[in-house]
Amino acid sequence: MVSTDRGGGLMRADLLAEPVPGLDEALAVVEAFDRTLIGGLLRPQPTQAAALTELAAAVAGTPLASLVAEAVEKAAVGAASEDHLLALAAARTALLGAIHDALTTRVDEATGRGRAGQPAAKPGAFEAVNLLAAARAWLADLARAGWQGIDHDLVSGAGQVVSAMLPDPALRRPATLLDGFAAELAACCPGAALERFPVRRWADLWSRAMMLTHPGAGGSPAMEAVTGRLLPLGVDLHEHATAVQAQVHAVFEPADGSSPRLVRASVSAPKPDTVVGVGVWQLLRPHMSLPAAAGDGRSMHLTDMPITAEGDLIWSDAHARLGEPADAFATARVALPGAGAGAIAPLDRHPAVIAVPVFLEDYAVQRDDGRLAFTVAGQRLPVDADRIPSAGPLTPDAVATSSACIGLLRWDAGSFRVQPLAVETVVKKKTVAIHAGAWAGGTADKPAVKAEQAATEAVRVLRERAGKLLRT
Amino acid sequence: MFPDGDGKVWEASSTARVIPPARPRKLAKVPFVELADGRLQGVVSSGSDIGRVYVSSVATRGYSFACSTNNNRPCGGARGSFCKHIQALITEAVLQYGAERVARYLRVEVDAAAGAPAIITTMTATRPAQADGTAAAPVFSRFLRHLGYLELVADTTPLPEMQWFPPTGAAA
Ligand SMILES: [Zn+2]
Repeated sequence: MVSTDRGGGLMRADLLAEPVPGLDEALAVVEAFDRTLIGGLLRPQPTQAAALTELAAAVAGTPLASLVAEAVEKAAVGAASEDHLLALAAARTALLGAIHDALTTRVDEATGRGRAGQPAAKPGAFEAVNLLAAARAWLADLARAGWQGIDHDLVSGAGQVVSAMLPDPALRRPATLLDGFAAELAACCPGAALERFPVRRWADLWSRAMMLTHPGAGGSPAMEAVTGRLLPLGVDLHEHATAVQAQVHAVFEPADGSSPRLVRASVSAPKPDTVVGVGVWQLLRPHMSLPAAAGDGRSMHLTDMPITAEGDLIWSDAHARLGEPADAFATARVALPGAGAGAIAPLDRHPAVIAVPVFLEDYAVQRDDGRLAFTVAGQRLPVDADRIPSAGPLTPDAVATSSACIGLLRWDAGSFRVQPLAVETVVKKKTVAIHAGAWAGGTADKPAVKAEQAATEAVRVLRERAGKLLRT
Repeated sequence: MFPDGDGKVWEASSTARVIPPARPRKLAKVPFVELADGRLQGVVSSGSDIGRVYVSSVATRGYSFACSTNNNRPCGGARGSFCKHIQALITEAVLQYGAERVARYLRVEVDAAAGAPAIITTMTATRPAQADGTAAAPVFSRFLRHLGYLELVADTTPLPEMQWFPPTGAAA
């Protein structure tokens, strides 16, 4: 039994429920700005102009002040240039950055974890300026039309830019974002027929895409090479119609005996939209052995693996070999509390990017109306069961009967929540661990085997077609 | 769009679910179908020639339809009404996207539970006209673009933007 003092690594859930000073005011400014994008900025109404003025006022004390003030003046009369729209996106991003910082401070207090400072930011390479300019022009048209104004002609304008960007690894970030965003918009055309809008989400995606069109905005992370033992905690999966990413959260113990670090390793692949669910693992498997190792409960030994100051391992199987068995729950109980967190890249200062590994036990589970929540030390902590992938054996039912949970602490729509990565639950009087990423390396589960075979067949059919049609 | 309990929370969520995920289906007969550009459009395999595909489409407005081979030969079956390729296309679209979404996209008023046959019958009952062949080239290039996704390499540099795209857990 873990004691309730901080040394046990338990989370201070009470801190997560306490109001964050200034949060509501900042969110109100963001929301008002986000609503201006519903009608679009071509012919702003008085309420839209007022919201823009509020945005300018909110960043008045920052280095962005004069840039944003000018942008707001132009945008309020429907005369914003692309640069002005970029300034508006920057102001919104700065505001959410401040919100992120306040939330992250709260998370670090709740987990009792130290965090590395951000090294001086270096801009990324100034690449493919023409493509970034084309993306920005499309985003500017989108902001002018507004979500109510989207139609097939406007949305399909992103297609060519995305196709040209995707093959260039240096442009994968903006390309993947624009691709996922445009697919959503396309599915919602015409905007005039929509009854409601994903207001925060689309404003987030628009602003972030706008920021990424600024050459060098992605930054070039400072790298070092590390050697030591990697103890996986769990696998987080991300997916849109034409992309998938698996992110392994782990504790890294340097061989030189320096402090353990909380790290991530990511692998992503573009995909056809018909490869979904369990089928996505086979696209990732050949490029990174770690998810399979994590799924099998194994540690890995790293030799000179590149890592960023943010704690992102830039994985290469050449620098890794399979280690001894390592139970993720033992890692969570013993190694997680002492692991220091990485720095946060400037552009990742956004509440939606918060995903902090936590270990929970001694909680009660509530399930009302199908929604799950843990009660941790008397505090209610909602469970984000929607983020549990269908590509694994973890289910909301297993979470509902669990006694311990490794999860990612996230924040969305005004509150903290926990996304389960793995749980311990009792099956036939025995405690078993169920991992969301358990099928990364393959599985004997019959429906999953069938689904994976179906996806293999789908990929085979498409490759055969591609072989015939793309090279003729 | 995705149903949810609380509209306010959905509007304030960075990860609000906007479109349900595509459902897996067998691709041999209809390797590609999409709801895009104001059409239900896609590519249907020829039953006899492995090197040939039919490029088929139906417009959401008026249901005007077109079908031709990738070498621009008109489909013999698509005179007067939907050929078997267009019918296969609609059937597979219903498998991939669900009858409700397909019917809503095509603005066909049918009971979604009735599925593809009801959608096809309702559309053909309006006696749609044959469209000109101008859609074929863009549809075929959309298909090639779709195939191109398999040619792109995987990467181990993190994509922080994917935090906005949780897994499509609700897939059937
Ligand atoms: Zn035909």
